[in-house]
Amino acid sequence: MISEDKNHHLKRKNKSSTQLIEMAEVKLLGVGGSSYSRRVEWALKIKGVKYEFTEEDLQSKSPLLLESNPVHKKIPVLIHNCKAICESMVILEYIDETFEGPSILPQDPYERAIARFWAKFLDGKCLEAVGKALWSKFGEEEEKSKQEAYEVLKIVDNELKDKKFIGGDNIGFVDVAANYIPFWLEIVEEATGVVLVTSEKFPHLCAWRDEYLNCSEVKENLPDRDTMLGFFKAKVLAATVAK
Amino acid sequence: MENDKVILLDFWASMLGLRLRVALAEKEIEYEYKEEDSASNIKSPLLLKMNPIHKKVPVLIHNGKPVCESFIALEYIDEVWKDKAPLLPTDPYERAQARFWADYIDKLYENFGRKIWSTKGEVQEGAKKGLIDSLKLLEQAALGDKLYFGGESFGFADIALIGIYSWFYALEIFGNFSIEAECPKLDAWDKRCKLRESVSKSLPDPHKIYELLLELKKTYGLE
Repeated sequence: MISEDKNHHLKRKNKSSTQLIEMAEVKLLGVGGSSYSRRVEWALKIKGVKYEFTEEDLQSKSPLLLESNPVHKKIPVLIHNCKAICESMVILEYIDETFEGPSILPQDPYERAIARFWAKFLDGKCLEAVGKALWSKFGEEEEKSKQEAYEVLKIVDNELKDKKFIGGDNIGFVDVAANYIPFWLEIVEEATGVVLVTSEKFPHLCAWRDEYLNCSEVKENLPDRDTMLGFFKAKVLAATVAK
Repeated sequence: MENDKVILLDFWASMLGLRLRVALAEKEIEYEYKEEDSASNIKSPLLLKMNPIHKKVPVLIHNGKPVCESFIALEYIDEVWKDKAPLLPTDPYERAQARFWADYIDKLYENFGRKIWSTKGEVQEGAKKGLIDSLKLLEQAALGDKLYFGGESFGFADIALIGIYSWFYALEIFGNFSIEAECPKLDAWDKRCKLRESVSKSLPDPHKIYELLLELKKTYGLE
């Protein structure tokens, strides 16, 4: 694990003098195209926390990443005061507990339990069903996986019936956890040709998606759509060739 | 707390329900236990009402309001009954560590445990190796020489693992291996946990777990 020396400084020589640069207090090791990585960024933005972002090359992981997350060797990793926190949902809770600013989770214990339940559902069962359906042309049982995806998406759509965001009036824990749906899902739909979300089927989900992408924390902080589309099209090609 | 009604909807063999039984005992919370027969395919009306999305136990019902998913219920219990036996530490970094390891522990059954009793041959061998390697990592990186995962106090990550540990006797028989031999520190930790009344009174009979799995193997033609 990372050393806990809080006085670690990076020295850099410029033309006339030696400058001391303090290691940024909050560092994020991530990948711009990853929804897990962006969750952490948006949570930091909600809190107004300044951070230094390092783009990791997943084909050639940095020593810092490997040292900070020896168990899973994955991004995102938040490094705060030289201590590493791993797993995006664990990081979200840490951010909410550590930094001042708007709350990401509600205050009331029961409401917190409900928020955690929805976050787990969206991050788990929902994402799994949606992912399987989106790539079902290359897997088994295309129709069956699409039906399962429709079922979970309908649950989310119902949950959004009278709400601007899943968290209420403002983007919160559950919305951040569900971030794949408003942005990445539609790009993968275009790449694979499998369309799951329409405004006829899921009107509230679509309305939420539009609000979501307009949030100040999100709209300035999205990966480039064309780049993401290129990435997913390449995956489709690879999957087609494999099949 | 006055006028508090706590119901735990659970199944005697559930490793997830066990987590809640231990937590409720640690906090000395009075509750009504309701048994759900998860081994059959019949789900009670109460379960379907309280957990309509997943239809699974355990469900903690506090004053009529359901809390589903074992870790979520543990956090809820810790936040509501905060004056006794804290399950999570106060420091945010330490809390993150506890949650990280609980998440790691949670995947052990789905990734490996299930296959040890329900498969044979190469698949079973692979699952055994996966479980042992994971437990060794847990022993070395998470537990070390501490009394409990959180240090001096029994807490969140310990409760996460003790649930799964209750199935290990059966898994050891099916897989023909010994966790005590492979992970002596974890074994010592397990014995230490069992000295706690909250654990010893909540644990199911490991022989009955073995018998249950034998039955399930027969039912699903997995022999």
